[in-house]
Amino acid sequence: MTATVKDYVVAPPVSVAAAWPRHQMLAFAVMVALLVIAPFVAYPVFLMKALCFALFACAFNLLIGYVGLLSFGHAAFLGAAGYVSAHSAKVWGLPPELAILAGTATAAGLGLVIGALTIRSRGIYFANITLAFAQMVFFFSVQAKFTGGEDGIQAVPQGRLFGVLDLQQTYTLYFVVLAIFLIGFLIVYRAIHSPFGQVLKAVRENEPRAISLGYRAEHYKLMAFVLSATLSGLAGGTKALVFQLASLTDVHWTMSGEVVLMTLLGGLGTVFGPAVGAFIVIGLEHWLAQLGSWLTIVQGAIFVVCVLTFRRGVVGELSRLLRKPL
Amino acid sequence: MPAGEEISTVFGVPVQALFGQVLIGLINGAFYAMLSLGLSVIFGLLNIINFAHGALYMTGAFAAYFLLQWAGLGYWWSLLLAPIAVGLLGVVLEKTMLKRLYHLDHLYGLLLTFGIALIIQGGFRNEFGSSGLPYAIPSQLTGGYNLDFMFLPTYRAWVVVFSLVVCVGTWVVIERTRLGAYLRAATENPTLVRAFGINVPRMITLTYGFGVALAGLAGVLAAPIYQVNPLMGADLIIVVFAVVVIGGMGSIMGSIVTGFTLGIVEGFTKVFYPEASNTVIFVIMALVLLVRPAGLFGRTA
Amino acid sequence: MLITRVLVLTIALIAVAAAAHAQISDGIVKIGVMNDQSGTYADISGPGSTTAARLAVEDFGAAKKGLKVEIVVADHLNKPDVGSSIARQWYDAEKVDVIVDVPTSSVALAINQITRDKGKAFLVSGAATSDLTGKACSPNTIHWTYDTWALANGTGSAIVKTGGDTWFFLTADYAFGHALERDTEAVVVKNGGKVLGKVRHPFPTADFSSFLLQAQASKAKIIGLANAGADTTNAIKQGAEFGIVKGGQQFAGLLVFISDVHALSLEKANGLVLTEAFYWDLNDKTRAWSKRFAEKQHGAMPTMVQAGVYSAVLHYLKAVEALKSDDGTKVIAKMKEMPTDDPLFGKGVVRADGRKIHPMYLFEVKKPAEAKGPWDYYRVRATIPAEQAFRPLDQGECPLVKK
Repeated sequence: MTATVKDYVVAPPVSVAAAWPRHQMLAFAVMVALLVIAPFVAYPVFLMKALCFALFACAFNLLIGYVGLLSFGHAAFLGAAGYVSAHSAKVWGLPPELAILAGTATAAGLGLVIGALTIRSRGIYFANITLAFAQMVFFFSVQAKFTGGEDGIQAVPQGRLFGVLDLQQTYTLYFVVLAIFLIGFLIVYRAIHSPFGQVLKAVRENEPRAISLGYRAEHYKLMAFVLSATLSGLAGGTKALVFQLASLTDVHWTMSGEVVLMTLLGGLGTVFGPAVGAFIVIGLEHWLAQLGSWLTIVQGAIFVVCVLTFRRGVVGELSRLLRKPL
Repeated sequence: MPAGEEISTVFGVPVQALFGQVLIGLINGAFYAMLSLGLSVIFGLLNIINFAHGALYMTGAFAAYFLLQWAGLGYWWSLLLAPIAVGLLGVVLEKTMLKRLYHLDHLYGLLLTFGIALIIQGGFRNEFGSSGLPYAIPSQLTGGYNLDFMFLPTYRAWVVVFSLVVCVGTWVVIERTRLGAYLRAATENPTLVRAFGINVPRMITLTYGFGVALAGLAGVLAAPIYQVNPLMGADLIIVVFAVVVIGGMGSIMGSIVTGFTLGIVEGFTKVFYPEASNTVIFVIMALVLLVRPAGLFGRTA
Repeated sequence: MLITRVLVLTIALIAVAAAAHAQISDGIVKIGVMNDQSGTYADISGPGSTTAARLAVEDFGAAKKGLKVEIVVADHLNKPDVGSSIARQWYDAEKVDVIVDVPTSSVALAINQITRDKGKAFLVSGAATSDLTGKACSPNTIHWTYDTWALANGTGSAIVKTGGDTWFFLTADYAFGHALERDTEAVVVKNGGKVLGKVRHPFPTADFSSFLLQAQASKAKIIGLANAGADTTNAIKQGAEFGIVKGGQQFAGLLVFISDVHALSLEKANGLVLTEAFYWDLNDKTRAWSKRFAEKQHGAMPTMVQAGVYSAVLHYLKAVEALKSDDGTKVIAKMKEMPTDDPLFGKGVVRADGRKIHPMYLFEVKKPAEAKGPWDYYRVRATIPAEQAFRPLDQGECPLVKK
């Protein structure tokens, strides 16, 4: 019997009721506490980068962990939102909250279009067709004048959030990014632990049966895809403002590979996995920056080790140890 | 052209120039065909999505370079030895790692081979940088033919001919010989085939080795004309994937036909809209998958 | 519950510790060499630039003068986001005072902005965009070695004047390639030449056969390569295969370095015309220094980018010594005040817009038979005097230049 990706996904708890399971509430509290203290201990810009990617990974995980679809083109949403946010802040002069919203909306629209065309595919075909669309977005980004080609959009102004919070102050910016991450994280959590999430689970487990029960499986999958794209866009738009730069790196297909790495390492289908995976991968990139190509080798090695022996990922193994879903 | 005679053009490009582009496209298509052939064999017979194919193509080119540098063995030796070396590497990879994933979802094979590709590419980059190493065209194949519409380098003509022979040869072996029949049967019903006394795991290992040896062979063919550099397979792999998917995963004829066709389509794009020549394949793939989800010649899963 | 807490904490701390690089370094002049250490521009700059910087610190005699100088190195992978992260980290957390080198114009532009925001210093040797002394000029940046205008002017006008008056451009389809093509086309036309056609190839491209065919069909005397790195060398290599040079056409490399010629070998590259700011075999002083460089770099001769790093760091340290401070803006101003003098570029000056001035040279690549030893690649075709080699001060639209 062929095992599938979903067999390595740790299933969410049975109860869908409003109350959170206690251990998850505790883990969440710990995570928030750590993230609040962190900027005073470590370099805040690094942390903000990790937070943006953590959000991206959580969004990606929604699709692979809970719907079972591996998208190899998620960079399109991250990057497109980044470009739109950067452009609207720099050229149209939008305040940061509207700039980020513009980026997020763009990603949502893009997600709707691409999702509608691809959602009928499965497995490797889905991976390939999402890659194809992402490559088209990449090509557009290279050609379009407003993206600045390989220079990217630079010197993006950070401005004042809601006219009050000066985002040029590092700590203010950090806590805003943290808030955005937590909002995105909670949206993902709520989506999973809801009737919507239950239907997704049913579709993932046995699509024909779900359809026979009257659920329009494709609509649910599409909704999940659009949600995943939207939150990826939120991460991309925020990142553009934090780094004051939108570049081709964010739409290149290797970025799609990176988010797969983060989610796989953290734990597919776990709640906290993608965030943990993102922090580890970004941390590694930081540590190994001096060593050039060793970073690629280490990333490759992580992929190999994870797939061979560590399929549940860090948080997945952890939750198996504790026998409680994380 | 005598004065006063009109040059026939297609969208403003002289027809003669187009012939040249088509021929060039055919040559590029030969590479795509050979690379996607290996991928197709591996997927069709083993159900493995081999993302390491680009890295192994690069390894083949480097093997040719090493054979020349360290052993003084030239191109013709490399054509034989480099694919064997890469094939052996493939056998090792299959026996140590890929074997463990057969019972799992295809996608794990994709992720594993993606990781292997990163390791191989990173390792070579560490040692050799990214500038590219020189490898000369063998003296027997230098020069060219002055065709009316273009100057065709001998080496490029050789590439097309050789690739065609290899592609057709592989197709014949797999579809028309007993060995090929065993292979195809072994993937459809390994238990039964094993009951006939055929060593199925060994066949699988050898098939993977053969598939990647094809990639290595393509690498040797590429070494004299493209720079031998660690990243030569990196952007190529997603294109080759697109070719295999369009042709239909598992259809060997599909990959060969699509490979050559794509080369020609790309050639046309380079004349009329050159900036898009890297992206046209993905547009085609999206269109094909929307209309025929299993590819042009594919069998539905 | 405790275990959860501890484990989550440990994991978080590992990632956090990776970022805690804070090294306080006051009283030390910290030089950050940032370039491509392992990618397509590694041979042009890479570890060679670090060696050049170290030689400059050595020759300056920092130890004897009681000045503590430290060098740190980073690889920007030719990506502006990686480069800006490193620059921010360096300036904020590691007290780096000056960043040098930075090939790849997109990264240089990003660092130019960050350096200005933080009041540090930026000495560009590797990047080419003439915007650094034009629209994007900054009181914190000096563009040291060469730029797109100098290359276009040198190669373009010199070739047209010697008979290469019809051109076909092979351009890399990205902002830098377009800029190079635009600048060179302007120079060609100004000197009475004609552009017969152009084709834009994706960046990067491995196979140029189709584009070379189009270049051949145009029958232009000169095929201008408005690209860099692997694209240039691939185009030249395949051009040899398709008999471009034998057919009577000539390649003009608009951005070629001696390391590219070395990678191509004289068989393929002979006849190529290019402009550079430095060549190891120009005079006794350059030969002596290059020998020292080669000893540390496995026999490889320095490129103009690496030579530029030496020259820039040397002048920077002289300015710091004179000023007794490493405040970025002030040191750059001092560097503009003091004339430059080093064994590699001779005497020169830094203009108000941050442009360092020195002569440029038009080189032609020798035939294999003409080379008398390793790395004997160039013949000097023309020397462009410093005043004519770079864009006139009033044409750059630099806000720092008083009209």
